[in-house]
Amino acid sequence: MIEAPLEDPSNGDNVYKSVFIIFFQGDQLKTRVKKICEGFRATLYPCPEAPADRREMAMGVMTRIEDLNTVLGQTQDHRHRVLVAAAKNLKNWFVKVRKIKAIYHTLNLFNLDVTQKCLIAECWVPVLDLESIQMALRRGTERSGGSSVPPILNRMETYEDPPTYNRTNKFTKAFQALIDAYGVASYREMNPAPYTIITFPFLFAVMFGDLGHGTIMALFGLWMILKEKPLSAKKSDNEIWNIFFGGRYIIFLMGVFSMYTGLIYNDIFSKSLNIFGSGWTINYNESTIMTNKALQLDPRDAFHRTYPLGMDPVWQVAPLNKIIFMNGFKMKLSIILGVIHMIFGVVVGLFNHRYFKNTLNIYAEFIPQMIFLIFLFFYMTLLMFIKWMRYSASNPDPKSSHCAPSILITFINMVLFKESTVLTESCETPYMYSGQAGIQRLLVLSAFVCVPWMLFAKPIIIMQERKKRQHQPILPYSGEGQDAENGQPQSIQPAVTESHGGHDNEDMSEIFIHQGIHTIEYVLGSVSHTASYLRLWALSLAHAQLAEVLWNMVLQNGLKTGGAIGGVALWAIFAFWAILTVGILVLMEGLSAFLHTLRLHWVEFQSKFYAGQGYAFQPFAFEAILEGSGSSTEE
Amino acid sequence: MGALPFIIFTAIFGVIGIVLPIVAPKGPNRGIVQCVLILTGATCWLFWLCCYMAQMNPLIGPKLHQNTILIMAREWGNQLPVNPEPHH
Repeated sequence: MIEAPLEDPSNGDNVYKSVFIIFFQGDQLKTRVKKICEGFRATLYPCPEAPADRREMAMGVMTRIEDLNTVLGQTQDHRHRVLVAAAKNLKNWFVKVRKIKAIYHTLNLFNLDVTQKCLIAECWVPVLDLESIQMALRRGTERSGGSSVPPILNRMETYEDPPTYNRTNKFTKAFQALIDAYGVASYREMNPAPYTIITFPFLFAVMFGDLGHGTIMALFGLWMILKEKPLSAKKSDNEIWNIFFGGRYIIFLMGVFSMYTGLIYNDIFSKSLNIFGSGWTINYNESTIMTNKALQLDPRDAFHRTYPLGMDPVWQVAPLNKIIFMNGFKMKLSIILGVIHMIFGVVVGLFNHRYFKNTLNIYAEFIPQMIFLIFLFFYMTLLMFIKWMRYSASNPDPKSSHCAPSILITFINMVLFKESTVLTESCETPYMYSGQAGIQRLLVLSAFVCVPWMLFAKPIIIMQERKKRQHQPILPYSGEGQDAENGQPQSIQPAVTESHGGHDNEDMSEIFIHQGIHTIEYVLGSVSHTASYLRLWALSLAHAQLAEVLWNMVLQNGLKTGGAIGGVALWAIFAFWAILTVGILVLMEGLSAFLHTLRLHWVEFQSKFYAGQGYAFQPFAFEAILEGSGSSTEE
Repeated sequence: MGALPFIIFTAIFGVIGIVLPIVAPKGPNRGIVQCVLILTGATCWLFWLCCYMAQMNPLIGPKLHQNTILIMAREWGNQLPVNPEPHH
């Protein structure tokens, strides 16, 4: 058997070949041997008898092998060179082919004119861009050698739903993407994205509030922003990096706001800053101090001024009841922020109604919605402010701290029409201001009246309008207005859109059901969403506690060890602490707070006004096509 | 409870949220810049206000450990009214 494998020319595999020398006598054996060899598909070579001839043959074969090897080598070299030269142009060719293919694909969508001489395209065009499109068409005509017939741009009327186009720059693009992920805005409705630019990082920061972690996040975002161009040129496949990089402005803003809320919460890596000096002083005498393991400061004697910026630093060193105080503050803060956010949402809905000329909605939906929200929940936030202002430990009864009524109990009693009870005799009254009982009853009754208002006003008015229309002669078909939303409720038009103005096709029962669902959603939602905002408190508490645990259980051990060993220990422990801080507190808590903020925006805020039934405007753009195909066909 | 911090911080956030949007640079982004400034001023002011008002009239005081009290008395310049010798 030949030791070196030979290459099979048909499929390039290496095969082992064996050589046999066959001796035979006579012709008959010769034919038989030949047949057998043909059966085995063996190649037959004549072997000369004389050794000299055999040597000659061997040499001839060797020469031929060498020649053939040379030819093979040259061919391979040549092929390699041709391929290398082609490879340089390969990317350009791919791009060209994709562009051409996309152009022809789009051309296929055109209609052929009646005269078979030109192509007609129907497309959506942003009104503001009509000028630039005309100029582009003119440029195209010039560049293609100035054909005799210039392309014409005509504005058409249609009843179809136009796509939604929100112009964004690199800063606003990420926030718009957050909103679009839930649902693209319906045509011409209010876009929540500009408000999201600030409310999103702000609500995130309320949950994340730590000066140190906020700084880390802000620096990371800032680095990505400053190195925008080089980083985006390096097209990366890493999904996670692309997500972070795409949201660099969001991350930066979240970090900056977290620095602010961290400053107000007075929390930097679970420690407090003491910029202005604490407002609390010690005034127990020495014997009292030495005989008690723990003492509570009385605000009447120990408190002399409010810390001007944020939380007083004394609370950080009072682990025994710091959480009780912070809970009261943060829970009230969450409800206040939540109610204001929701009222803002309802007001945005008002702008929607006004734009679509939906006066029925303003009277039948917006006003009762506002009354319900304000009379109940905004009143609760007013109670919080009143309690903060009126009750103090340094006040005598009835405005002292132990007479301060619980706002939650007050609110529950208010809604259930129960009488509040006095806590002690000296408190005189369970109410915060005179006339509270009467005012509260009025507020609750007004709010309860809003429910049937929301439920029945709109369907009944629609019913009456239809009856009126049936008695009127049918108006001439006025096919005006390319947007069906502009159709007046009186004219008879096929209302294709979701606008409430033209509910002509729906059954009365369907309208009642729709309105019922809408009302129940709103009323129940206002209670549940208000409570849902308490997650602002919950997450900030969890974040603060995690940071404290990390400091007390990890870094403090390194700080407390003394001597040279302490130095080395601190160095190692700091690394561990830093990794846990970035991994758990910044990344994990950051992701968690991000998701909760997103939920607050998508559900609690947007359910008050957002329809989100549109589809995105996707113009023909080479970058989008190349980017899309480039990522899908990666070699 | 002084009015000074209230005035100062309301003024700061008032400048951010009311004055700056009026003098915002004209350009395609004017609307967004105004929106951002107003919202920033409003939210940050409200946040500061809630924190300040929550501490204006405290209903409870901090409960401190003995060690903390002694250190606080020494480091934060508070004098113990009787037996002013601080323990080291």
